[in-house]
Amino acid sequence: MIAAYRLDRQSARLLVVEADGTMRDLPRANLGTLFDPGDLVVANDAATFPASLHGTHLRCGKTIEIRLAGWLSASAPVRFLVIVFGSGDHRTRTEDRLPPPALSSGDRLQLGPLEARVERVLDHARLVELSFEGTRAAMFAGLAQHGRPIQYAHVPEPLALWDVWTRIAARPVAFEAPSASFALDWRTLQAWRRREIGFATLTHAAGISSTGDPALDSHLPFDEPYHIPECTVAQVARAQLRGSRIIAIGTSVVRALEAAANPDGSVRAGDGIATGRIACGTPLRVVDAILTGVHQPGESHFELLRAFADDGLLASASTALTACGYRAHEFGDSMLLNRQPPLYWREP
Amino acid sequence: MQANIDLQGLRVGITGGTSGLGLALVRQLAEKGASVTFVARTAANVGRVAAETGAYGIVADIGKKEDIYPIAMQISANLGGVDVLINNASSLGPVPLALLADTECEELEAALVVNVLGVFRLTKALFGALAASAREGRGALVINISSDAAVNAYPGWGAYGASKAALAHLTAIWDSESNPDGIRFVAFDPGDMDTPLHALALPDADRSTLKDPELAAAEIIEKMLDALPSHDALTAGAHA
Repeated sequence: MIAAYRLDRQSARLLVVEADGTMRDLPRANLGTLFDPGDLVVANDAATFPASLHGTHLRCGKTIEIRLAGWLSASAPVRFLVIVFGSGDHRTRTEDRLPPPALSSGDRLQLGPLEARVERVLDHARLVELSFEGTRAAMFAGLAQHGRPIQYAHVPEPLALWDVWTRIAARPVAFEAPSASFALDWRTLQAWRRREIGFATLTHAAGISSTGDPALDSHLPFDEPYHIPECTVAQVARAQLRGSRIIAIGTSVVRALEAAANPDGSVRAGDGIATGRIACGTPLRVVDAILTGVHQPGESHFELLRAFADDGLLASASTALTACGYRAHEFGDSMLLNRQPPLYWREP
Repeated sequence: MQANIDLQGLRVGITGGTSGLGLALVRQLAEKGASVTFVARTAANVGRVAAETGAYGIVADIGKKEDIYPIAMQISANLGGVDVLINNASSLGPVPLALLADTECEELEAALVVNVLGVFRLTKALFGALAASAREGRGALVINISSDAAVNAYPGWGAYGASKAALAHLTAIWDSESNPDGIRFVAFDPGDMDTPLHALALPDADRSTLKDPELAAAEIIEKMLDALPSHDALTAGAHA
């Protein structure tokens, strides 16, 4: 099913922001015609969990919702960082949701067929470490049966799993969709292949991008595990050797590639954890351009763009996005931002 | 026949895994060391086959749209990806077999929903995982179980035959479209087998003339290995 909120693929827009500040407003369907032979596009192929679970706080009997927000440990795949809400649902803005009942370590939650235990309450009333009882496979079965994708107040219809899996979605490890990849389809990938533009993937467990609660948002992004295949590392190395560009589809790809970068710009294959924020002043060792959704100043995704371009250019881009009526939500329009060489950087 | 081949590292999803050909495939693939996740509708049967083979079982219905992504999620999550998808679950259509003019619209629809739409939906949901496997050099293969009823116009087999013909063509087109992405699609006709599905269709058939599903499963595994890169590539990528 194609939900009504979803943009018609043909109507989606793409603002291309060049390194010298020039801008072009294009149909996003033209994505296959962009880039030069030899360039390498890298995307995040993580599929998205149904990370929202409704249930009961067993000690007090009150209803709660939890949202899985981050992995605590790759070696213990039933333990998560979660955000907890009181009764109500996504139709209330996150920042206006009721707080959960007072939570303590050892509290048990019944979440459909799954039972979970609060391991630790962190420094925010909604933020806890949680572990599911039982095996990893039983947890996946319980999530498949009872979980729903994280919903958004601005999307009127309930989102199903098929709404939040991108065309390239592979292993389910993300809690929210790596939404920049919604711009990709197989036709575009085939067009790139015909034009000898490379395509590679990594798998990055994208966590919650924004909650609307400033205190919680100050914790974002959480540490996020990633996996970079050997073949992707080899493609990056070949593109670098040719002097071709590396284009990241989404902020999660930037996080993973830059976390795995050596000082000389080469990238390490395998598993890793992306920590900390990429922001104004963070040196980018690998990525030359980013395809991203439309983000607002203050969001962690927007802050990451400040590593690509100075505030003056980002302000000009924001003005152009507004003037052209670009849509900013998870399923909205896109911007391709080329990294400004230091020569072009201006003080704000 | 490659009796002793080691399939360690190969990740296989199979629908209709608790009877007939599907059960034979689950047994043989698991015995050869492949990581197998299978799907079937009846919880008791899923539990029994999982306990017997060590494969992971999912209780779900390919004919239900709402079940497809939860199935895909569990296959990818439990196997850490997927190299081979075997779309084996089939609906016979009206039982007993009926002439098309006697077939209810809903019966034809039910056969199409399982045999064509269900296959399309699950394959599409797992296409990203299959493509990831192909990019990593492990190969990626979709085997759709077909039938000679897809080609021959057997009276009484209208719903089943039409759905299998559609599946065969879907397979051929998808194979040509996805070849550049490294994903192969194969339709395989196992022949008339001694299975519960065949007994439903032709209860009076002489079972001694029917093929053993274990033999058909062995043939499919052989075909599967022909279509995949060498086993070394699988083992090398097994950590992924």
